[in-house]
Amino acid sequence: MSNPLLTVSGLGKRFGGFVALADVGLQVAEGERLGLIGPNGSGKSTLVNCLCGTVKNDMGQVTFAGHKLNGLSAHQRTRLGMARSFQLPRPFPTLTLAENVRVPILYAADVKGRRAVSDPSERCDELLDMVGLLPKADRKPADLTQIEMRKLELARAMASEPRLLIADEAMAGLSHQEVDDILALLMNLNAQGVTIVMIEHIMRAVLAFSQRLVVLVAGRKLADGNPQDVIRQPDVVAAYLGS
Amino acid sequence: MRNVRFILLALAVAAVTLAVARLIDNAYVFFAGYVVLQYIVLATAWNILGGYTGYVNFGTAAFFAVGAYTTVVLHKTVPLMPLPGMMLAGGVISGVIGLGMGYLTLRLRGTFFSIATLAMAVVAQTLITNWYFVGGSRGAYIIRPSDSPIFSGDYIQYLFAIMLLLSVISVSIARAIQHSRLGYGFSAIRDDELAAEASGVPTLRLKLIATALSGGLMGMAGAPLPYYVTYLDPASGFSLSYAVNTIAMPLIGGTATWLGPVIGAVLLGTLQQVATVTISSALSLLIVGLLLVSFVIAAPKGIVGWFKR
Repeated sequence: MSNPLLTVSGLGKRFGGFVALADVGLQVAEGERLGLIGPNGSGKSTLVNCLCGTVKNDMGQVTFAGHKLNGLSAHQRTRLGMARSFQLPRPFPTLTLAENVRVPILYAADVKGRRAVSDPSERCDELLDMVGLLPKADRKPADLTQIEMRKLELARAMASEPRLLIADEAMAGLSHQEVDDILALLMNLNAQGVTIVMIEHIMRAVLAFSQRLVVLVAGRKLADGNPQDVIRQPDVVAAYLGS
Repeated sequence: MRNVRFILLALAVAAVTLAVARLIDNAYVFFAGYVVLQYIVLATAWNILGGYTGYVNFGTAAFFAVGAYTTVVLHKTVPLMPLPGMMLAGGVISGVIGLGMGYLTLRLRGTFFSIATLAMAVVAQTLITNWYFVGGSRGAYIIRPSDSPIFSGDYIQYLFAIMLLLSVISVSIARAIQHSRLGYGFSAIRDDELAAEASGVPTLRLKLIATALSGGLMGMAGAPLPYYVTYLDPASGFSLSYAVNTIAMPLIGGTATWLGPVIGAVLLGTLQQVATVTISSALSLLIVGLLLVSFVIAAPKGIVGWFKR
């Protein structure tokens, strides 16, 4: 791999006696679209949390854009250019949509050394427009539908001007058409140069989106490679369907 | 620019208030007005942490009394120090205690944080009660100078003017925060700390700013107290009614904006002063209780929230 943006090596995490992640190694190239799949409880969300600094990994090392991330808090990682959307949307309920998006603009996009946002209000509108929520800019998140909530989550993640976006099940519970909407949105972001790691259960979406597929099973990386090859691998099939 | 205009406006309002109070020419107006102003400062300070950031502090009395006892100590050691200097010292000490409290309770959320602040108030009261230099449980007597040092009039007029100025300062700070980057960060913490971190908000640092600022302003509000009451003992300095009033006022006025605590403090503070004179001093706490219950039921977002519907 010529230019890895994210390198994960030997990552391990246990909760008491339960091993959530064991010796996970992973590289993501700049501009890549990576799909991350695995059965429930396989450690996908724990991996995301370790990458983003929400939980501390017990072993191993995460390197992002040349920075070693061990010991950095979540907000420092966001400022370095790693953004995430949450599996269950977590908007700021008392703030309007515009203000929701404004928080990362003020705290992550506009900090030293990175492309500063000259006009936060304009950027807010731009981001909300990108996900089609501009007409509701002054509404509160409680007024939104499920898909709009997901879109707000993505807009807020993008507001920190990330180089890497981790979309944690951004499509769970959405209809066929809505999945296509989000998919188009993510493809568009990727076309603008954002590297995207997509965690998803909807195989149709994962296969349409990913250039490369990584499979986690019981906290270990089972497969890594071309999506069509990976889903035919006997051990991957066994993990999903039972042998 | 908007902040400068607001401060000038607030100063003008304060000047008019002082002029009117002097025209009435009745010392009681100053005594009663001082308490209302003191509660404007306390409620505003509480709201920076409780309303903006979402951390409910039950330990107001501790910060307030630490400010007051700082003045007692300074009065005994450097009696010539002017009151604003003592207030600054009280503010710094209370601010440092706020910083420490924030640091020690940073893992605590919701009710657990509130209980910890209440416990801290008890610890502080116990320490002061056993510190004989400041009078211990017997209390300390402070002789109030008879005249105002800067303009002609009673010393109580001076205390009133100083508290008026402090109100302007704290309300201006609260208002400036509300419309600033810091204010957005506080709101994000109040709404969802995890999402705030993910949005790049340094939650720990912002929480410490909130606890230190809130505690510091409370300490400054407490610093002139010994000169006001002339006799200060731990039971009155640490009285739970400070904590209860200070929470009730923003809740009644509305916690989301700077204006809420001001409205709540003026309304409730005045009502209490009137009730104390006309009916009985014991009634004032009953008023707080009744108002609080009715607002929680009828207007949970306070007066400001009621009008914004």
